[in-house]
Amino acid sequence: MARRHSVRRQRGFTTIALLCFVLLYLPIGTMVVFAFNAGTTVGAIEGLSLRWFVTAWNNESVIEATLRSLTVAPIAAFVATIAATMAALATTRTASYRGLAFKVAFINQPLMVPEIVTAVALLVVFSRVKVWTGYTGIGYLIAAHIAFCIPFAFLPIRARLETMDLSLERAAADLYATPWKVFCRVTFPLLWPAILAGFMLAFVVSLDDVVITEFIKSAGQETLPTYMLGQLRRTVTPEMNAISTMFLALSIAVVTLFFFLSRKKD
Amino acid sequence: MATASEIATAAARTDVRNRWWLATPALLIVLLAAIGPLVVVVLYSFMVKGDYGDVKYWQFSLDGWFSVIFERDVFDDTLKLADAHLIILWRSVKLSLITTLVTLLLGFPTAYFIATRDRRWRDFWLFLVTLPFWTNLLIRTFAIQEVFRNEGVVNSALLQLGVIKRPLQIMFTDVGIFLGMAYVYLPLMVLPLYASIERFDFRFAEAAADLYASNFNVLRRIIIPMMRPGIIAGSILVFIPSLGAYVTPRLLGGGRNLMLGNLIELQFGQGRNWPLGSALSITLTGGVMLALLVYVRAASKSGSGQHG
Amino acid sequence: MRLLVTAAASIFAFLHIGTANAEGVLNIFNWGNYTSPDLIKKFEEKYNVKVTITDFDSNDTALAKARQGGNDFDIVVPTSTFVKIWIDEGLLLETRPDQMENFKNVDPRWVNVDFDPGRHYTVPWQWGTTGMLVNTSVYSGDPNTSAIFLDPPAELKGKLSVVPEMGDILTLAIYYEGGEACTSDKTILRKVRDRLVAARPTWLALDYPSIEKYTAGDFDAGVNWGGASMRVRLANSHFVYGYPKEGYPIWMDNVAVLKTAPHVENAKLFQNFVMDPENAAMISAYARYANGIAGSEKFMPEEMKNAPEIVVPAKFLDKGKFTPACPPEVNEMYTKIWTEVLK
Repeated sequence: MARRHSVRRQRGFTTIALLCFVLLYLPIGTMVVFAFNAGTTVGAIEGLSLRWFVTAWNNESVIEATLRSLTVAPIAAFVATIAATMAALATTRTASYRGLAFKVAFINQPLMVPEIVTAVALLVVFSRVKVWTGYTGIGYLIAAHIAFCIPFAFLPIRARLETMDLSLERAAADLYATPWKVFCRVTFPLLWPAILAGFMLAFVVSLDDVVITEFIKSAGQETLPTYMLGQLRRTVTPEMNAISTMFLALSIAVVTLFFFLSRKKD
Repeated sequence: MATASEIATAAARTDVRNRWWLATPALLIVLLAAIGPLVVVVLYSFMVKGDYGDVKYWQFSLDGWFSVIFERDVFDDTLKLADAHLIILWRSVKLSLITTLVTLLLGFPTAYFIATRDRRWRDFWLFLVTLPFWTNLLIRTFAIQEVFRNEGVVNSALLQLGVIKRPLQIMFTDVGIFLGMAYVYLPLMVLPLYASIERFDFRFAEAAADLYASNFNVLRRIIIPMMRPGIIAGSILVFIPSLGAYVTPRLLGGGRNLMLGNLIELQFGQGRNWPLGSALSITLTGGVMLALLVYVRAASKSGSGQHG
Repeated sequence: MRLLVTAAASIFAFLHIGTANAEGVLNIFNWGNYTSPDLIKKFEEKYNVKVTITDFDSNDTALAKARQGGNDFDIVVPTSTFVKIWIDEGLLLETRPDQMENFKNVDPRWVNVDFDPGRHYTVPWQWGTTGMLVNTSVYSGDPNTSAIFLDPPAELKGKLSVVPEMGDILTLAIYYEGGEACTSDKTILRKVRDRLVAARPTWLALDYPSIEKYTAGDFDAGVNWGGASMRVRLANSHFVYGYPKEGYPIWMDNVAVLKTAPHVENAKLFQNFVMDPENAAMISAYARYANGIAGSEKFMPEEMKNAPEIVVPAKFLDKGKFTPACPPEVNEMYTKIWTEVLK
């Protein structure tokens, strides 16, 4: 019997999805166009030039801030994703128990406090630690970023685990596979898309954080967002667009490479 | 030889052990870098406000909490309900609800679309969703302004096409805020949705279709229930941060109306009333926490059948 | 597993970078996009010092951070309104700039200022005014009044932008109603509140100054800072900057050294360094405000020398006043009024 229609296609979904992508990329496209503006504003195109790329490239503080962001975000996202995956397993691969709801709420807590409050509280606590230990390095930034990244990785991973079928894991366990082997061979491959989604979310959230970083950064620890916050009160030039465009190009290049490498393996 | 019940007890014991040590790193990090500071905030809410910000340490007072709900009128000193705070709270809740709804309406079809692509292309589409968000929030917000401004891309295009005669005022209106917020929070919705639907076995849906279920019914009876955890995770991820958001509403809404985030920021900044700011944020956190607790309870009860 | 160990090891190695507090370092904590890179380069080369610049975005954030300590900052640049708080709270080091070699260059007008009489702590960085920016092709009336945003003419309604600064806006409104800055006179404050509540619906936005939104016609007028207004005028000559005759705030950002500064000597060198007219001119050329150092004019860019936004015309000179830090109870009233206006 032939089906009258494909169930994969819901009416209007593809249109909305494509519209969504257009909406997502319209501002980004605008940003890229203004990066090539010869004029000094992000409001009116006065011809094309590469001058803002040159300016940005020669601006030491921008490059430094970008590199710092690119250091903090992957480390924070990586650690947060590992911790979140473990916690997600602990709160799903088990019978319901007392304290489960509390644990879930506990782990999601960083999400529930407005950023400015976490920022002020961390400022108070970290400053004490900084004075006591004399260590004023970038570790504080990373620690704070890990903490507020955890819920962003935890929620999608846990959501995925909740809908995942247990029978494969059970079968493997019945065949005397150790829990670690079950995880590596069965759970992890099944969970991978959620882990990737969680990591990407955590990475993006860390890359974007401005309020918390603004409060806990020490001397010389400017990240790209806090650097740009400083520009907000004054005039925004296409220099920021140029940096973002370079950033975008870099990430596209890295991911494309990754994409093709993983393709080959298939 | 071990009996079946012995195996079961042993398994239960590992289970108990696992659920603690697996969760430990996350719990510890959150405890140190988020709960600990929160305790500081709770303490602050009970202290006397400092003259120029901060608090007077170890001098206790309930003023912070008192001013969450009541205020003394600036002019005649009468005590009244702090209606300004309530209006702002309601506005923020409304904004967050609408933002969540808009992202869900846009994000659900998008996640569905990605999940129904060929397996090899799914990561690519997923990446396409997150890519714009590798650009800093402030830059993105400025870019959105460029798109929706009176002389921006959208208005120019519509004018050119003759759809409208005068530019639409989108910037600095509520519509501008909703569009901007939806834009900013979209991936937080799409990614959990995708994570929960990606493995969906479409043979279920096909079986239903074979039994003459309409596409809509397949969606309603099979796909949406399957995606429920993802929908809830995504809604939490969008709703809660947008409740405290203040950069986007301020830039796109023109900042004429305070949001909860702005109100709290004002107390920690120019208002120099840290106890009130602390009390306001604990009220917010407590409310959200309570709602979440109720939800997880309910969800784990209804879901317990699935996991056995 | 080996991967994990390597990762952990490299993280620890990384964490130790940047913690070295070697000699020859100076950590500046200043407003964002405010410190001329040329000035810093010159300072670094002259004294063989490595300078780091860290930004803050509001006086309150800077104060909160400095008070908590442990950030390694040497130099901080608070605004006039806040300097007295910093001094009173014992955060600043009394470096006695008045005894420094280049102090003779400081414009006498800025030596005996209320917030730091005789300049025992601070050195002028830049100063400016908060006034009205008006597009004369839309509205040709008098721009020199706060009525532009408090009782706007019909042409400007719905096209106004106001800087989101509680202090500046309340001060302008209080002057407009005939009061003094930091007044606690309730009859005046009631008028101020009613005036602001009535005016708010006519504002399009509370936004930081952005040139293109004025030049592209999103805003036709607004409350703006002098230097930002000059940039708008240079892009579109229809714009004029007005000094409200009812009174307007003057502000000055000042270079100070923190008591907890790890590199005090370098910080003092920097204070002395910025009082040199040629160096001060570099600050102004970058951030576009006047600097308070006599003799720096001749090193300034041409378009700044006679800009009416920077050089206050004589007839408006006496209308501008420094705003002091308001007492806590007054600030509390102001916050309530501000919340009431924006609720």
